[in-house]
Amino acid sequence: MQKDLVSISEISKDDIELILDTASSFRDVLRRDIKKVPTLRGKTVVNLFFEPSTRTRTSFELAEKRLSTDVFNFSVPTSSVVKGESLLDTVRTIQSYGADYIVIRHSASGVPHFIAQNSAASVINAGDGINEHPTQALLDAFTIREQKKEIKGLEIALVGDIVHSRVARSNILCLLKLGANLRLIGPPTLIPNTLPKGIKVFYDMDEGLNGVDVIMMLRIQMERMGKGFFPSTREYFKLWGINQERLAIACKDAIVMHPGPMNRGIEISSEVADCPQSVILEQVTNGIAVRMAVLYLLGGSKNAE
Amino acid sequence: MRNNEFIIKSGFIIDPSQNIEGIGDLFVENGKIAGIYIKNNKKDSRKNGSLNKEIKTIDASGMYVFPGLVDMHVHLREPGFEHKENINTGTRAAVNGGFTSVCCMPNTNPVNDNATVTSYIIKKAHEQGVCNVYPIGAITKGQKGEELAEFGMMREAGCVGFSDDGSPVMNSLMMRRALEYSKIFNSPIISHCEDLLLADSGVMNEGTVSSMLGLKGIPTEAEDIMVARDILLAKLTGGRLHIAHVSSKCAVALIRRAKEQGIRITAETCPHYFSITEKAVIGYNTSAKVNPPLRTESDIDAIKEGLRDGTIDVIATDHAPHHKDEKLKEFDNAPSGISGFETALSLSLSLVRDGVLSMKQLTEKMCLNPAIITGIKAGTLKQGFSADIAIINPDAEFTVESESFVSKGKNTPFAGWRLKGLSAITISGGNIYEWKH
Ligand SMILES: [Zn+2]
Repeated sequence: MQKDLVSISEISKDDIELILDTASSFRDVLRRDIKKVPTLRGKTVVNLFFEPSTRTRTSFELAEKRLSTDVFNFSVPTSSVVKGESLLDTVRTIQSYGADYIVIRHSASGVPHFIAQNSAASVINAGDGINEHPTQALLDAFTIREQKKEIKGLEIALVGDIVHSRVARSNILCLLKLGANLRLIGPPTLIPNTLPKGIKVFYDMDEGLNGVDVIMMLRIQMERMGKGFFPSTREYFKLWGINQERLAIACKDAIVMHPGPMNRGIEISSEVADCPQSVILEQVTNGIAVRMAVLYLLGGSKNAE
Repeated sequence: MRNNEFIIKSGFIIDPSQNIEGIGDLFVENGKIAGIYIKNNKKDSRKNGSLNKEIKTIDASGMYVFPGLVDMHVHLREPGFEHKENINTGTRAAVNGGFTSVCCMPNTNPVNDNATVTSYIIKKAHEQGVCNVYPIGAITKGQKGEELAEFGMMREAGCVGFSDDGSPVMNSLMMRRALEYSKIFNSPIISHCEDLLLADSGVMNEGTVSSMLGLKGIPTEAEDIMVARDILLAKLTGGRLHIAHVSSKCAVALIRRAKEQGIRITAETCPHYFSITEKAVIGYNTSAKVNPPLRTESDIDAIKEGLRDGTIDVIATDHAPHHKDEKLKEFDNAPSGISGFETALSLSLSLVRDGVLSMKQLTEKMCLNPAIITGIKAGTLKQGFSADIAIINPDAEFTVESESFVSKGKNTPFAGWRLKGLSAITISGGNIYEWKH
C-alpha cells in the first residue's frame, strides 16, 4: 500500500481487495467480547475535521481506539482555523505533535492530496468537498460482498444526488474496479454530464430499479432545493424516493443501502429503512472494521520508527 | 544605462507599421528611434557621415528586432496589493519579457475608478517604472456594476480603455451604457466575459477533468453567453468592444461572425490558452487556476485558428501575480491567475515554429495591434518614436524556474518547462536591459 488513502481512483483493484480481506478479520474482532487489539499501540492519529460529522468521526475514532492508537480530535470550532490560520500552518502544527496519521475531512476538494504532499504522516481522506469519500466506498463494497458474496456482475443502482455526492463518486470508482454494472437514477439536474463509460443513467426510478441487486440511496441535501436542483421534497419523494412498492420492482433479494444520516420520507420511507432487506445498520458496523483495515495497512508515517 | 547614441546592427527587423521586414540596422539617438537602414532598401534619411562615427554597436545578427512588445492586459497590483507585485517589480518583469508598454487593469485597492487613482499610478510609473504604463480605468464605480465611472476625467488623466476585469458587468443595461458613453472618447470597453451566475463559483473548466477531480466546473457557456451578449450590445450601440482573454472555441466563432458583420470588435487571448489544457490542474495544481479556466485541446485548436485568420487580434499576458502563500492553499480558496510576463514571448514564438503564425503576424499581435486598439504611441519603430525595442534570440533555450522570475509572482504552470526564444536585449526608452533568469 501507499503512504496515504486519499482517493479510490489512485488505488488498484488488488489494494481494494486486500483492504476488504483485512477488514474481514477485523470484523471478527468486533464480534468478540473484548474488541480492542494492541496492533497500533504507540501510534498517534489526529482526526482533523473541518466539517462537522458525528458519524464518520465516531467511526474513525472507534477504529483508531480499537487498534490502541492515541487519538486527538482537532475540529474547527476549537481550533485556530477559525482565526484565519492557513491550512498549511495547521498541517505543520499537527505534524509537530508527532502525528503518524491524519484523518482529514474538508469542504474543499483536493485538500487530502494537498496535506499528503505536505506531510510525512499517512493521510486518510474522510471526505473532501464533492470529490471523494474512499472509506465509505470501501465499507459499502465490504457490505455488498458480505451480502452477495461477489460484486462482479451485480446490478447496482445509485439513487439521488450524484453530482454533489463524494460517496457516489467514490462508490462509482470502486464498484467499477470490482466489476459491477452500475446505474445512476435521479433528476437530470443531479446527474453529472460526464461519466465513465458503461454506466447507465435513468431519470425514471421504476425503470431504473428493474432487475437490480443493490439499491444505494444517497442523502438529499435540503439546501439544493433553493438552488433549483429540484422543486420540493414532496415532489422528490414522489419521483425518486424508495418505498415498498418500488422496492418490489428490484430483484427479490435486493438489498437497500444508505450512507446516513437518512432523511426519512424524503429519499427513503421508514418501512424500507427498517425492512429486512435494509443493510443500513450493517454498513455502520462494517465501517469500523474497514477503517481499522485501512489504518493497519497504511501503517502510519515511518518517522516514528 | 543610458546611451545617447547606438546602432543595433544586422538584425532581422520586423515592423508591420512601416511594412519593414528584412536584415538591417536600427539607429537610436537620445532615447528615440533615429532611423532604419535595410539592406537593398534604403529607408534611412540620415547622412552617411554619421555611420562612420565611432558609436556603440549592438550586434543583432541572427536575432529578430521587434518594436518593444505591448501588453494590453496586465495586473501590476499597485496600489493596494504590493505584496503580490508593485509597479517597479512588475515593469521590470515586463521588460525582462520583452515588453516596453503595458496597460494595467483597474482592480487595485482602491479601484482605479477615478482620475486621482489614475494619476497616482502614472506618477508612480514615472518614478519607479522601467517601461511605459498605461492605466485601464474601471467601467463602474468600485467595479460594482452599479454606476458608471468617470470615463472623461480618467481619459484625461491618461486611461486608455475601460474594463471591470475580474468583476464582469452582469447588468446588460449598464454594459449598454458603457458602450454608448465611451463612444465620445473612442476608448475600447474591455470585457471580461463571464456569466457569474452560470459560473456559480466554479473553479475550473467543466468537463472530464473537473469531474475526475471533484472540483466544481465552470461551463464554457459562461464565457460564450457573455461574448454573445456583448457582441449584440456592441451592434446595438456602435460602441468599441474588446473581448479580453478569449479561451473558448465558441467565443472564437462568435467573434469571427461579428467581425464578418462589421461590428466594432477586437479580441485578445493569452499564451496559456493556446499552450496548456485543463489537464494542467490535475493534482489540484493551483498554479494552473486561472479565470477563464484552462480548457481543452479543441479550444486550443480553435484559438490558434482564430489567431491565424485574424479573428483574435492580440496576444496579451493577463499577467496576474500572486503571493506564494496565497496559491499554497485549498484549490477552491486559491486566487486565479498566472504570472505571465516572463514566459509569454517564448510560448508565443512556438506558434511561429509550429507554422500557426508568421513572424510578422506575431509582431502584429504582440506590438502593433494592441497599440492601435488602445491608441497608444507604441508598437512601432517609426522615426521619432520612443526607442522601445525587443531584440529577440529565437534559438536561446531556458528552463522555467519561477524562483528566478523578476516578477514577485512566482505562480506559473510552466515551471520546469524547457522554452525556446526570448528577448535577449530589451530597450525601453533608450535604456538597455539584458535578459536575466
Ligand atoms: Zn479577466
